Amino acid sequence: MKLTRDRVTAILMLLPSVVLLAVFVYGFIGRTFYVSLTDWGQDPTQALALDPQLHFVGLKNYSDLFTNFIETRFRQDLVNTFFFTVLFLVGCLGLGLGLAVLLDRGVKGEGLFRTIFLFPFALAFIVTGTIWRWMFQPEGGINVLPTLIGLPKLDFGWLTSRVQILRFDWNGLPFVLGLLLAAVLALLAWRAFRRGQGLRGTVSAVLASLVALWALAVLRHASPLPYPERHGFNLAFIGIIIAAVWQMSGYTMALYLAGLRGIPEELREAARVDGASEWQLYRYVILPLLGPISLSAMIILGHISLKIFDLVFAMAGPDHAATDVPALLMYLRSFRANQFAQGAAIAVVLLVMVAAVIIPYLVSSLRGEVRR
Amino acid sequence: MSAAPLSTGGAARPRGRRVQWLTYLLLIVAAAFFLLPIYLVVVTSLKLPADINLATTWELPRHWNWHSYAVAWQAFAPKLRNSLVLAVVATAASAVMGSMNGYILSKWRFPGANLLFPLMLFGMFIPYQSVLIPLFQFLRNIGLYGSLWGLILTHVVYGLPITTLIFRNFYAEIPDEMVEAARIDGAGFFGIYSRIIFPLSISGFVVVIIWQFTQIWNEFLFAVTLTRQSTQPITVALAQLAGGEAVNWNLPMAGAVLAALPTLIIYVVLGRYFIRGLLAGSVKG
Repeated sequence: MKLTRDRVTAILMLLPSVVLLAVFVYGFIGRTFYVSLTDWGQDPTQALALDPQLHFVGLKNYSDLFTNFIETRFRQDLVNTFFFTVLFLVGCLGLGLGLAVLLDRGVKGEGLFRTIFLFPFALAFIVTGTIWRWMFQPEGGINVLPTLIGLPKLDFGWLTSRVQILRFDWNGLPFVLGLLLAAVLALLAWRAFRRGQGLRGTVSAVLASLVALWALAVLRHASPLPYPERHGFNLAFIGIIIAAVWQMSGYTMALYLAGLRGIPEELREAARVDGASEWQLYRYVILPLLGPISLSAMIILGHISLKIFDLVFAMAGPDHAATDVPALLMYLRSFRANQFAQGAAIAVVLLVMVAAVIIPYLVSSLRGEVRR
Repeated sequence: MSAAPLSTGGAARPRGRRVQWLTYLLLIVAAAFFLLPIYLVVVTSLKLPADINLATTWELPRHWNWHSYAVAWQAFAPKLRNSLVLAVVATAASAVMGSMNGYILSKWRFPGANLLFPLMLFGMFIPYQSVLIPLFQFLRNIGLYGSLWGLILTHVVYGLPITTLIFRNFYAEIPDEMVEAARIDGAGFFGIYSRIIFPLSISGFVVVIIWQFTQIWNEFLFAVTLTRQSTQPITVALAQLAGGEAVNWNLPMAGAVLAALPTLIIYVVLGRYFIRGLLAGSVKG
């Protein structure tokens, strides 16, 4: 009897948190989605009303984002986020792994180096942004650094550059994404066949060819926009990526270092006894063991980079189109221009991107826990 | 490297030393990359505004000007106070609630908990843009928009997933037998918490408090959307000062130092716990 009463107490004590999160996370996400289906903001008299009159417009805000010529800035923002994420991940994983391997070699002063590599993680993105904005002043900072050792000064507009490389036409995107999906499915099929899972392989192979056919027959001629619209990687992002790597690579270093410390010394000894060189030891023994850590790091950092907001705000300013990202555009649309419905639609797109990364991660990591 | 590889002969020794040198060289280059910005910030903040010249950026100040800090302090003291109140209150509340949640989820397992927990956790990964408009509306409707309390409420709620996660993983280490024994001795729900769980939670609380304090102190999106001039935390004030055109760079730099110091001090003094919070953030703990 007592046990049951305690159990009821437990549930009652958990309830406030559950209710708060249910409302603030799921209720508000639902409301944001609803807002994204309305015209809130089109009528200026309703924009800031406490209880605004909203009219349902269906998916118009979304189709505008992807296919209306007015929203070209949003599409460039998506492209920006893509390049930012890729380069940020490469930088953080590469530098973090490199530093961890160096520190794992039993160097003197390891604690000091570790502290130095990780301290930026304790700073606010706003502080980092302020600092690096000063570092990247066109006529100072990084650009005059080479003159200290007698080299000519650099002449790169770190945050102001307007140069765009790797340009492509937005209209080609559906076709490329279709081919990419087909390629992934084909890869899955190939792996399944190699492992002798015939049924799974056959299903994947059939799906792959169907998607490839669909891409070739339909998507090749699909053009979301009536005219070519070119997007690419804005070089003004390089500076922001460097600052982001400066701040976050210590985190990957800490993850990798914890992983390296978890590898038993006997395993290394065994490989050395077998005649493996240091390089072979890392390539064939240690790196494969760090795979799961790389994956977690990619997911955690990847979702941070999809959401990146404060760093760009502080480094390049919120109104600098060349370095815009969706998280920033959502803020500007909603809280500067009072276009709440458009802002909500951008927020939902952002949420879908983050959820696509996070949900599989949560599921697999908690399922593993239950099994344990 | 103290234990030399077994299979390599004497000829490899000089090479081993070269590798050693290279290791240190690379580490020092990396350390320079991490420290140069800090050098530049401190040096700039100590220069006279008239002496700040892009061409002589890297030189030490000719006149040490501590005045920037006095000015920055004057401008930022109310904002630092806002940040402090915000971070302390929100951290305390979310830590206490997270501890209770972690206790319940790890020691009072009930049907549906395996579904409920990931649903709670998801809240710490969402882009907060996806709740910002309804949150803004909600706070306006209950009259908390623009006040520090609205921001505190926000940080408490969105802090719950991570504090719950850290405490749940932490309490999973406490053997169920201890809880069982206390129950046989007649302890109820609160008795078990106050006699067994809480006394063992000190380092859990340290990890959570450090993590939450740092996150809330550094946060920007909620702060910039939900506050007014008088309730701004330091991050918003710094962004405004540094974002203005034609600024004297000594001021934002001094401001950046002031904004960074609290979390930096925590990191340097309590780094061990800081890293534990950081590793806990990747779910498995």
